[in-house]
Amino acid sequence: MTKQKSIWVFGDYRNYFQNRVTLQLLSKAVDLAGVIGAEVCAVVVGHNIEEWIMEYTAHGADRILSIDHPSLTSYSTEHYLALMQQLVTQRDPDIILIGATDFGREFAPRLAKRLQTGLSADCVGLDITPEGLLIQTAPSFGGNMLAEIVTEMHRPQMATVRPGIFKEIPHDYERTAIVERLPLPSGLPVPRARVIEYERAVQREHTIENATVIVCGGRGMGNKNNFKRLSELAGLLGGDVGATRPVVYAGWAGHNALVGQAGKHIKPKILFSFGISGAIQHTAGLGEANFIVAVNKNPQATMMKMADVAVTADAGDFLNNLIRELKKRIRD
Amino acid sequence: MFNIVVCIKQVPMVTELPWDEKTGTLKREAAAGMMNPACKHAIEAALQLRELYGASITVMTMGPPSAEEVLREAIAMGANRGVLICDRLLAGSDTYATSFALGRAVKKEIPDHDLILCGAYTSDSETAQVGPQLAEELNIPAAAYAEHIDISGRTMRVRRLVDNFRETLEMDFPALVTVSMERYKPRYVSFAGLSRSFDGADIRELNAQDLGMMSADLDACGSRTRVRRVFIRKTAKENVRITGAAAVAAAEFLDRYQRSISAVIGRAIEAKKQI
Repeated sequence: MTKQKSIWVFGDYRNYFQNRVTLQLLSKAVDLAGVIGAEVCAVVVGHNIEEWIMEYTAHGADRILSIDHPSLTSYSTEHYLALMQQLVTQRDPDIILIGATDFGREFAPRLAKRLQTGLSADCVGLDITPEGLLIQTAPSFGGNMLAEIVTEMHRPQMATVRPGIFKEIPHDYERTAIVERLPLPSGLPVPRARVIEYERAVQREHTIENATVIVCGGRGMGNKNNFKRLSELAGLLGGDVGATRPVVYAGWAGHNALVGQAGKHIKPKILFSFGISGAIQHTAGLGEANFIVAVNKNPQATMMKMADVAVTADAGDFLNNLIRELKKRIRD
Repeated sequence: MFNIVVCIKQVPMVTELPWDEKTGTLKREAAAGMMNPACKHAIEAALQLRELYGASITVMTMGPPSAEEVLREAIAMGANRGVLICDRLLAGSDTYATSFALGRAVKKEIPDHDLILCGAYTSDSETAQVGPQLAEELNIPAAAYAEHIDISGRTMRVRRLVDNFRETLEMDFPALVTVSMERYKPRYVSFAGLSRSFDGADIRELNAQDLGMMSADLDACGSRTRVRRVFIRKTAKENVRITGAAAVAAAEFLDRYQRSISAVIGRAIEAKKQI
């Protein structure tokens, strides 16, 4: 009898967003499993985890491997490593998917190393051949380039996957799964990295990297005074100001605002780009901007071609008019 | 006095990437290099720790012969010495193979290492995997995304922000830390540093044989992953064009997009009704 093929999803649930990416991965795992006739298995470890067992069942898992124990109350990379290493060695899954959360991106590399297998990082696409080779598409150079990565000779095939890429399956609480409640193995190592304190950050720390709206300005703003007005627009839209390198060098903006290869990588929902030609040192930081509005005198500028909306105008002029018009229209 | 090792990487300057837009292939070897920006934060952390507690700082990199440039830059910033791992046999290593070679070199060159520092991620492949995998290779504890490091005796405390949780971790030496780009803003290179980096800089070069890596090792510890192809992301944007006088263009822009902007920012935007 041939071995039942299996695609595993690691249950990362510490906060809302971590849990969402777990659900997204279950959905993708169901797709991939269909191609190769595999089962989808969620691994859930921790304490008081019934909620997650039910949720992962409702979202597509065929099997749940769970270990519930008070000693697993807090997230510990080293505990989870020891447990996963043991489970994987016993059961030999074909594929392991892990969310590219901060936790996942610290945990998965160590797990892959321990299992002596390959791992791709922060994938934005996953595909599978009928033979079961996982085609992992991962970004590089700030999302400007994509690489197709495969692990041919080693198993399991492992990938971390960027949150928000795959769509979760709507929950179905009628679904059932085989739930294996496993005992805590003996001889769990004492973690060498000890958590002294942890607390939920009161508010999501505000940085330009997680800003929803960013107003970026370049040399085309003409002078420092015009550039300063970008913060007025950013204020109206609840956003942040970003800058290109020439502008930072000219002292119109601080180094903290620098967006690009040598600075911040941003992923706003809306990016305004004022007077920026679009040199690749800058665009390397913009791979993930959802909706780009570019304003430039030169309609042929790279930034204008990359944009969803390209306004051919003097950047400073358009900015002043946009601020005036927005003030008329904005309501609280 | 502590022994700090900072692992750094030379990355291609994106302006210099000789890519062929038609085939989507990339000739990396032809690109000019620079120090990966995040690595500078790791070096800065090492320098600040040395100022506080006393330390010897070794910077280490693996790459082509040109990678020596980033070691000189690190020495110019203030590092004590450099180690370059350079061998054709190691070209194209993935993170698994890279962490193996770095681990061998750390054990051989700095056997009494206390703290290994790495940047949070590289600007080229962006895996953020080599740091954690090197910790695994050396079998030492690790913490990623450090924003602050304190040392007391042979114990360190690391403050960090992970998945919106503020954490303080405690680890005994030896340990590995990857440094967040939010803190430890890198210093500029001084003229004295610059001349030091060229005048008798202590840089040692190691090849695979020096690391005791025989062909059997290269099989056993070679790359696990293979890049099948690299391509440029195709954007299928509508690229709507708006032209005309700035005032008219601003009004037209808002007429068309104020609904979607409003949805993102959570404030109502609407044109005044004409009376």
